Amino acid sequence: MAKPDMVMYEEEYQALQAIISRLQVDSASKVVFLVDKNGQQIAASGDVRSIDATSLASLTAGNVAATDGLAKLIGEKEFSLLFHEGEKDNLHISIVGKRGILVVIFDQTSSLALVRLRVKRASRDLQEIFEKVEARAQASSTDTSNFESPFSEITDEDIDKLFGD
Amino acid sequence: MTFINYASREINCKIVYYGPGLCGKTTNIQWIHEQANPEKRGKLVSLATETDRTLFFDFLPLDMGTVKGFKVRFHLYTVPGQVFYDASRKLILRGCDGVIFVADSQRPRMEANIESIANLATNLKDNGFDIRTMPYVLQLNKRDMPTAAPVQEMEELLRFRNEPMIEAVASQGTGVIDTLKACARQILMELQRS
Repeated sequence: MAKPDMVMYEEEYQALQAIISRLQVDSASKVVFLVDKNGQQIAASGDVRSIDATSLASLTAGNVAATDGLAKLIGEKEFSLLFHEGEKDNLHISIVGKRGILVVIFDQTSSLALVRLRVKRASRDLQEIFEKVEARAQASSTDTSNFESPFSEITDEDIDKLFGD
Repeated sequence: MTFINYASREINCKIVYYGPGLCGKTTNIQWIHEQANPEKRGKLVSLATETDRTLFFDFLPLDMGTVKGFKVRFHLYTVPGQVFYDASRKLILRGCDGVIFVADSQRPRMEANIESIANLATNLKDNGFDIRTMPYVLQLNKRDMPTAAPVQEMEELLRFRNEPMIEAVASQGTGVIDTLKACARQILMELQRS
């Protein structure tokens, strides 16, 4: 594979979760998602059951990737912010560090200005955690002596079971 | 890139179906969607044109059960095959864990197959991957067509690294699961090695 796998442990996950839960309350938004740039959901807060989170994560990543492509076409490195205004609900999408996407869904009980303000602070905190994850991934790719992966003993039988054989 | 979440004990892998226009990439994942247990499959998202040609991508999340106590989820993507959607194809390959190349067995499409593999190699390289080493499966689709080229001929033209080669008729489901399984096996074995 091109880069080390992204591995998230309990402590980091809880820290990310705490930040986005606080953001959801502080920004008076309906739902906040943290998504990986490859389209996988990392954490969520708010009324998540009302939304197909997996599709949202994949489409958001696709949207960000396409916008990245647009940015490069006009000579920009990236567009760090995307905003979609709907009749009732709005979507605020921002890039966090190199690999995270923060998605905030809000209605008229909040405002774009408030969301932008709160997202700014949350992004800084999230970025710190992402940097830690990244640093650990790089360290563990060079030194694996202290880490025993639970996947080191995957057998053919395990894989066959996944497909119901 | 495989995303492993120890907190929720989940492994997420991204598999991309690649190939020339109208080779049957979308048909592969549509068939998987129709056959999969509704509790295991997510929603099939298709960003298609009015004529059902894939515009950006198709997406299907699949929960496959557990390995070593971790819930395994595959995210299946297809790329648009038409030549002019190259920028989209490149974007969709970002962070992929494995690629399934769907070749069209019809003899007049052989040049398109070869060009598409070359295009895949270039786009993978631009994303930091090496087509010679990453999990990869060659599917020979549309084996039921009267103009289908012999398997041996296709193998000589398209197979380049002793990758699993699977004959298929995706519209009938033949070879579809075997193809996915061959790719999943390589990804999970890769996970074991890393």
